[in-house]
Amino acid sequence: MASTEEIRSNLAEIVNEIAGIPVEDVQLDKSFTDDLDVDSLSMVEVVVAAEEKFDVKIPDDEVKNLKTVGDAVAFIERAQNG
Amino acid sequence: MSATITSQTGARYAGVLGIGSYRPRRVVPNAEILEHIDSSDEWIQTRSGIKERRWASEDETVLMMSVNAAKDALEDSGIDPAQVGCVIVSTVTHLYQTPAIATRVAVEVGAPTAAAFDVSAACAGFCYGVALANDMIRGGSAKYVLAIGVERLSDLTDRTDRSTAFIFADGAGAAVVGPADEPGIGPVVWGSDGTQHEVISQKESWQEAAGSYNWPHLRMDGNPVFRWASFEMAKTAQQALDVAGVKAEDLDLFVPHQANMRITDAMRRTLKLPDHVKVARDIERQGNTSAASIPLAITAMREAGEAKSGDLALIIGFGAGLVYAAQVIRLP
Repeated sequence: MASTEEIRSNLAEIVNEIAGIPVEDVQLDKSFTDDLDVDSLSMVEVVVAAEEKFDVKIPDDEVKNLKTVGDAVAFIERAQNG
Repeated sequence: MSATITSQTGARYAGVLGIGSYRPRRVVPNAEILEHIDSSDEWIQTRSGIKERRWASEDETVLMMSVNAAKDALEDSGIDPAQVGCVIVSTVTHLYQTPAIATRVAVEVGAPTAAAFDVSAACAGFCYGVALANDMIRGGSAKYVLAIGVERLSDLTDRTDRSTAFIFADGAGAAVVGPADEPGIGPVVWGSDGTQHEVISQKESWQEAAGSYNWPHLRMDGNPVFRWASFEMAKTAQQALDVAGVKAEDLDLFVPHQANMRITDAMRRTLKLPDHVKVARDIERQGNTSAASIPLAITAMREAGEAKSGDLALIIGFGAGLVYAAQVIRLP
């Protein structure tokens, strides 16, 4: 099972590829919208890429709860373990 | 013993022989949209890529725009209008339940006895029309077919809805489809998903609107539509390439329905199109014209010198229904 740091680092690469945010900025305490300037459409793209990368389902209803990078990493961890 | 029925077949192959379009005169900049919604030019541009759109004036009716686009396509093809055996008009904004606008278009373009009907396939309408035309010509039910996409979406746009007011626009595009020496239209990959019928739809039925002051408007649930269009439709586009036996590197043009620049960019990324493939970005100046957007984008690319005769183009339409259709075509 992937560690928290592995998931964060893979997610950072996805955010970098889609929104052009430097990977080192994508830290657990960062808010996607307020700190990283990832808008709602980019967030959809990040979610789809993350679903593929981590082999999890992230329902549309859940996306609005993923406010920070840490929220997303925790969701992915739970989904992988569940 | 009863008599047997004689069957018929048509041309072995069909192709697009002419393409035309009509752009309404009036340019509507984002500044005008912002008079009615709390948003900004920057927000509109980053979320959609739209800088301005065209909205039809009173005289630029669905009929008028259809006829102009059709005549433009007929002229491009060099085909005598009297040879046209069927006129298909794809639209969701001809505000009469009956008769179809196609019959009047047929008269006005000089094909007064052609079979004529309208198609309700929203933003996939042009690709649906081309698919039907391709099969009619090869099936022998028409020698030449006019496939038109036309919309006056401004009539059904809620000017105060900040999620859609800046998107929808007006215009018309048309293709003349006819017999060809080699396949000019690849097999269509099409389908629908009625489980998602609510994500893009007319809010009120005409019946609900009658007797109230609620003129019906289009509504859209942006994020699920974006997700479906950007990723599921990229798969459909890939299938259209595969069934046509065309590789991404063989393409000259990618002309998706001009729904939103962000969808176009996401599809392009997912499809991993090589850099030499020119991508239609007519939405920047024209907005989202539903069934008209693909032929409008192709004519814009021709005028800009980006598209030329013989080019291979991947076209894909997708929208309310949900419905979708994609095929590879060779440009006339």
